[in-house]
Amino acid sequence: MIKQLSWKVGGQQGEGIDSAGEILSTALNHKGYYLYGYRHFSSRIKGGHSNTKIRISTNPIGSISDELDILVAFDQETIDLNAYELIPTGVILADAKFNPTVPEGVSARLLAVPFTKVAEEVGMAQMKNMVAVGASTALLGLDAEAFREVIEERFARKGQKVVDKNMEAIARGRQIVIDELGDEMPDFKLEESDGKKRLYMIGNDAIALGALAAGARLMAAYPITPSSEIMEYLIKKLPEFGGTVVQTEDEIAAITMVIGAGYGGVRSLTASAGPGLSLMTEAIGLSGMTETPAVIVNTARGGPSTGLPTKQEQGDLLAMLYSTHGEIPKIVLAPSTAEECFYDTILAFNLAEKYQCPVIILTDLALSLGKQTVEPLDYNKIQIDRGKLIGFDEELPELEQSQLFKRYGFDSEDGISPRVLPGTKHGLHHVTGVEHDETGRPSENPENRIRMMDKRLSKVANGIDFEEPVYLDAKHDEADLLVIGFNSTRGTIHEALERLEQDGMKINHAHIRQIMPFPTNMLADQMKKAKKVLVVENNSTGQLTNIIKMNVGMADKITHFGKYDGNPFLPSEIYKQCKELLVHGHI
Amino acid sequence: MATFKDFRNKVKPNWCPGCGDFSVLAAMQRAFASSGLEPEDVAIVSGIGCSGRISGYVNAYGFHGVHGRSLPIAQGLKLANRDLTVIASGGDGDGFAIGMGHTVHAIRRNVDITYIVMDNQIYGLTKGQTSPRSEMGFKTKSTPNGSIEASINPMEMALTVGAGFVAQSVSSDLKGLTHVIEEGINHKGFSLINVYSPCVTYNKINTYDWFKENLVSVNDDPNYDPSDRSMAMQKLMAHNGLVTGIIYQNKERPAYEEMISGFKEEGLAKQDLKITEEQFNKLTTEFA
Repeated sequence: MIKQLSWKVGGQQGEGIDSAGEILSTALNHKGYYLYGYRHFSSRIKGGHSNTKIRISTNPIGSISDELDILVAFDQETIDLNAYELIPTGVILADAKFNPTVPEGVSARLLAVPFTKVAEEVGMAQMKNMVAVGASTALLGLDAEAFREVIEERFARKGQKVVDKNMEAIARGRQIVIDELGDEMPDFKLEESDGKKRLYMIGNDAIALGALAAGARLMAAYPITPSSEIMEYLIKKLPEFGGTVVQTEDEIAAITMVIGAGYGGVRSLTASAGPGLSLMTEAIGLSGMTETPAVIVNTARGGPSTGLPTKQEQGDLLAMLYSTHGEIPKIVLAPSTAEECFYDTILAFNLAEKYQCPVIILTDLALSLGKQTVEPLDYNKIQIDRGKLIGFDEELPELEQSQLFKRYGFDSEDGISPRVLPGTKHGLHHVTGVEHDETGRPSENPENRIRMMDKRLSKVANGIDFEEPVYLDAKHDEADLLVIGFNSTRGTIHEALERLEQDGMKINHAHIRQIMPFPTNMLADQMKKAKKVLVVENNSTGQLTNIIKMNVGMADKITHFGKYDGNPFLPSEIYKQCKELLVHGHI
Repeated sequence: MATFKDFRNKVKPNWCPGCGDFSVLAAMQRAFASSGLEPEDVAIVSGIGCSGRISGYVNAYGFHGVHGRSLPIAQGLKLANRDLTVIASGGDGDGFAIGMGHTVHAIRRNVDITYIVMDNQIYGLTKGQTSPRSEMGFKTKSTPNGSIEASINPMEMALTVGAGFVAQSVSSDLKGLTHVIEEGINHKGFSLINVYSPCVTYNKINTYDWFKENLVSVNDDPNYDPSDRSMAMQKLMAHNGLVTGIIYQNKERPAYEEMISGFKEEGLAKQDLKITEEQFNKLTTEFA
């Protein structure tokens, strides 16, 4: 019996690889196992190697693993590309159809299972993935019946016959492996899980759900990998709540539509990836200058330019902080788990209205598309705070002829002025991206300019209303090392640090969730407690490293560890670099 | 009830004396009043350029955005609150150069807003460069030997991408201009109104006199049928686009808002944000 293992299925894109992974993981989620899934795919629809790796555990996990226990292969390429990851006692379940062979130097056991042949016998060749799922369950020590619920949910609308055929494919695949291996069955039997009900979702699902819960009712977006799931989810759901999604002609239209809707009083969002964010840059400045709330999601992928559109990278960080011309108030949040994607998205809408500025939710591909177990989401934590918004039902004092409402009034200490929506009687005011006075009228008066700049920038300069800008796992008052990261690397760093702790090293972990305004003091406190600091990030130039140096200082202590080959970090890579740094003083 | 004076404010426009935009401003104010609107019912979203300043010169809600993007801002605003009368406006550079992509797609999308282009066939605020509406051969600071690019015909363009309301007018005809704006506001769906609004400083070719000589009105043609799209196209082609009046109108096609599934009559901005616990549980169950 084991506590955790990794299973991978691979083949040509479009062969049912995703749904094999989906069905296996959904069944395991129902049984109460913790899961973490990551898809390796290419920017094409059919063909090209694709795989899904799923880690299954009886304990919480937040990372892909270094090794692989079971590989399910629909073609020889899958074996050739992935067999090296297998542990020596690992198993390859391959379709007998292509006469699979094991590459030299791989000691894992190969079982050729007639996936296609059995599927054809059951009735449909495309059910070969279900035969493969069945074969896998034999190794995991699961009952075929564990899949009934999932299969019914997925295929019920196609009729009982289709459900039965899929169940039969699973049962037959399972039986073949049992018969084949008999007493030689390797020990991949999972320990009992706690059986608790949890959710299993990708970061993009959580963001979309968060937006809905936060009261967002309009989304304007242009499709792009890896963000499209957000709009696709909301297209399905928003009509039930009176809202809608507009697929715009480009990302400039998307963000300006969001600004128009925000001005009109609707919580709205757009989501894109790096190339789209580059196009939105000017309008983000408009949101900042006109103090119009806007929520923008950037699901970062490999850049620059078209870069690596389906691969992991954290190379957009500085662009998210500084890319608009001129100086505006802006908030940048960086959730690190799917659960945080949900809660931080709700927060983003509150912050955008409270501080009347653009809020960027920055994720990375591994977080946006990686599928992970999420503890049940708490309805009672959904709070809506619209800041200084004046509702349509509020009576405003009558304005004198040609006088305007002071939408940008200097009267408040926090720099945040009352916000009135178009359509409100006695609320007339002007809005412009030109520097303006308290009523919004263009003004080039130097004194007004300074006051207005100071007013806008002061709104967020002294921090924002966010309880946990930095996630801390810092039990040592004097640590050998502090590891800092952001976005999807949290679970991977955590796992590496557990191993280092076992080696007797004292290591703290800080994961930054609020990147702008930068939580300088909080981070400085942690950095002071550590002899060295390692910043782990999926980019080449050390963007977070440099922001930390700029804001906190202590540059001598800081080492950057980057990875920019398009793949997420593995726990072993971080483990090795930490060890190197602690033993040799450098990496 | 508001009169056109209620739509005036005390801001002195920074337009040159004699600029065609003054008439557009006056026509808008008259059309709002004659449509029975109150200042708070109207929001004008404008682009950048001389004409883009118009949103600040009307006593109504006004949003002066970024260059070329008045249409998506205006569409976002209308979708947020369909109780508002939303006007987008700007120059020919705004609508047919930097913002042309939005113009085409706003026409296709058909959100119920009225887009008024103040077309002076030149870039005024940047002091006299060519525009996509400048005629071939037109000499400007950026085309010292004359423009070698073809001019866009906005009316023909609008017809080909499926416009439901296409009208044109000229600043010297305040009455006709007011009328097409009223009809544009009244039209359910996207309305494009191109107004020849002469630039007296940088365009010495397309002057008030020049338009007087060259424009023809569909109102002078007793057989003209604005619901006939091919007739509209023929008329435009026959006169090199120099046609005024309501050139085409399709009263049958519903506006975008009418076609969104689940979209309510009341403005979205007035609806409750909070979802119920029951709704929330139903949503999360899908991820179980």
